[in-house]
Amino acid sequence: MLTSLLPEFTVDRDEGRCIQCRVCERQCSFDVFGYDADHNVMVHREENCVACQRCAVLCPTNALVIKNNEYTYKPNANWTREYIQDLKKQAETGGVLLTGMGCDKPHKIYWDHILINASQVTNPSIDPLREPMELRTYLGRKPDHLEFRDGELELPDYPNVVLSTPIMFGAMSYGAISYNSFQSLARAAFDYGTLFNTGEGGWPKELRKYGKATIVQCASGRFGLDLEYFNDAAMVEIKIGQGAKPGIGGHLPGEKVSEHISLTRMIPEGSDAISPAPHHDIYSIEDLHMLIHALKEAVDYKKPVSVKISAVHNAPAIASGMVRAGADIIVLDGLRGGTGAAPKILRDNVGIPIELALAAVDTRLRNEGIRNWASLVVSGGIRNSADIFKAIALGADAVYIGTPALMALGCTVCQKCYTGKCAWGITTQDPYLTKRVNPEIGTQNLKNLLRAWSLEIKELLGCGGINSIESVRGNRLQLRGIGLEDWELDTLGIRGAGQ
Amino acid sequence: MSASTAQVSKTRTRYSATQWVKLDAQGVYYKDLNREIRSLALKGARRFEIRNVFGQRYLGTNLWGIEDRDKIQIRVYGTPGSDMGAFMDGPMIEVFGNAQDATGNTMNCGKVVIHGSAGDVLGYGMRGGEIYVRGNVGYRVGIHMKEYMDKIPTVVIGGNMQDFFGEYMAGGRIIVLNKFFEDNPPVRQSYFIGTGMHGGAIFIRGDVDLNQIGAEVGVEDPTDSEWKAIEKYVHNFCRVFDLEAKKAKLLKRHKFTKLFAKSSRPYGRLYAY
Repeated sequence: MLTSLLPEFTVDRDEGRCIQCRVCERQCSFDVFGYDADHNVMVHREENCVACQRCAVLCPTNALVIKNNEYTYKPNANWTREYIQDLKKQAETGGVLLTGMGCDKPHKIYWDHILINASQVTNPSIDPLREPMELRTYLGRKPDHLEFRDGELELPDYPNVVLSTPIMFGAMSYGAISYNSFQSLARAAFDYGTLFNTGEGGWPKELRKYGKATIVQCASGRFGLDLEYFNDAAMVEIKIGQGAKPGIGGHLPGEKVSEHISLTRMIPEGSDAISPAPHHDIYSIEDLHMLIHALKEAVDYKKPVSVKISAVHNAPAIASGMVRAGADIIVLDGLRGGTGAAPKILRDNVGIPIELALAAVDTRLRNEGIRNWASLVVSGGIRNSADIFKAIALGADAVYIGTPALMALGCTVCQKCYTGKCAWGITTQDPYLTKRVNPEIGTQNLKNLLRAWSLEIKELLGCGGINSIESVRGNRLQLRGIGLEDWELDTLGIRGAGQ
Repeated sequence: MSASTAQVSKTRTRYSATQWVKLDAQGVYYKDLNREIRSLALKGARRFEIRNVFGQRYLGTNLWGIEDRDKIQIRVYGTPGSDMGAFMDGPMIEVFGNAQDATGNTMNCGKVVIHGSAGDVLGYGMRGGEIYVRGNVGYRVGIHMKEYMDKIPTVVIGGNMQDFFGEYMAGGRIIVLNKFFEDNPPVRQSYFIGTGMHGGAIFIRGDVDLNQIGAEVGVEDPTDSEWKAIEKYVHNFCRVFDLEAKKAKLLKRHKFTKLFAKSSRPYGRLYAY
């Protein structure tokens, strides 16, 4: 116990309502609650509380309220409570601060400064309940021009994957998340006609039946991958970077490498799984070209290969290189992208917002005349269907969602994924906790989310008089900025509201 | 695709597994060459002799789904391109010449024999199989090799190596014979050997200076069981390169230095809570 830290949260228990059923004690995986049998009362160790709200939600008499601790250090705009606490932790341990989920700092969220157009009088809006609306999306290289032979369209042999909606589940490995969570993502993607991404944690054999809904990752640790893994999937993704921790690798500590995880990662049980910061066979665009084509050879050119980078300052130039190196899909993961564990200092300070990176990359590829060579997928900070619509209008083909998918499984964004103690049973391998995600309900909730957002995207299309998502793609005239400076409007390639 | 190779696949429908199918790679694009090998293998061919290889990449990669792929043998005359045997799962490739970079990249199973030298990043992320190089290897060789269940990837190098050898190594074994043709050669002054190593072992014939190895690396003598493995793989090395006469001179136990990971958790104390 570290005495120099104040509890971040307080537990407010209504003793009149509490029936000492001890549900809170059993549900809390952070050891906040105890039972004092002598006095028949519950006791609290508030310094352990992470405000995940598991106890409050499951309390049968609503006796619990978890609150921010109002008794804190003297308010100081410079030395906030967070910075004081972080500094004290580091003075006590000499270590790097870890955190989970995406950046929580108040960097400008551009989605909230972009507004969508609607049809009035001059072109009729469309009712999606009455008329067909097309959300189907193809990912992969598209031809430069159409060719006809004897009146028949001749299509070049570029492998594409088809999505029923432009929403995919981003890379979250089995190991970072529990088996039940991983399985729920796979099943929901399969049932709904979209894709989920295995991350770099291997792919359990019994889930290979969802192959047509699966993107497999090849990252710097090269865990769990072999020719079978690539050939069973719908798409292969080379992971260079991740928005939450651009430019660094990661590692799954040995204590999380259980028997089943060791099987899927193909490493010995209990050994650290270390992903180096770079791929040591990729030090240049030419090297990336080499790995992209090695993977294309490995799948006999039958599946598209995607390359994922985090959104960094010179993303447009890098993206151009990636496309020219043969990537069929490029993925940009923005500043607010999530993670199971990352150094806090990187998560909160490195990278750029996805909205700006997306617009800049799309513009660059268009100017170079190579936008059709690759599809563009963005992730990191998507919160609702309007964000998706805006991303597509800025030039994205589809989006990855990570945190929203976990929220559909129960996550409350307490940012403690890295502890392995997730009380909601998502980012943990503890069998007592992982049972808390029921894969049937999890699958259904994820499908509900995909359906709800797809319906809303259709409404947004309909109000603009558009009946196909393809007509919104890169259609920045659908957007206007508000509260943005000229350079921001320029980068986003949109006009200000009222212009 | 050269006329001769294209003709072969059209005129024959079935090949015997023991027949050496001859291909001429002169001016053939790698994609076409690899597809030709694949299509011949699908028709039963298992032995390939490829002449005039000149920079064609990814030999041995595009063979997923071929039955008995571990019976496939590819003899390469010339200089193959990078990523030879990348992700390879079973076949054997023998190169009569030098190889370029990333040979055996993330290889799962199979064998590569190189009668010359090889470039950088050989055996990166390799999980299984064997690689024998008669000559020298470049930088970053054996990075992040790993082992899993009964798979212990092994690399044997007849010459010496450049810097960053066996970095992040998580499993497997690398044996460096260090100028196999000399009796007491000094070890090449390459640096950062085994930086970040957390598994596996490197055996070098000769003495290694402490300033050549990473902080995570320990130095000791090979154990009895490790010596048995060294004997076995040096024996294989001498057999594939026809160096039986050298074997007794190479197999002097006291000359071998073993480099190993001091901890399987090199990053254990990096983080606060």
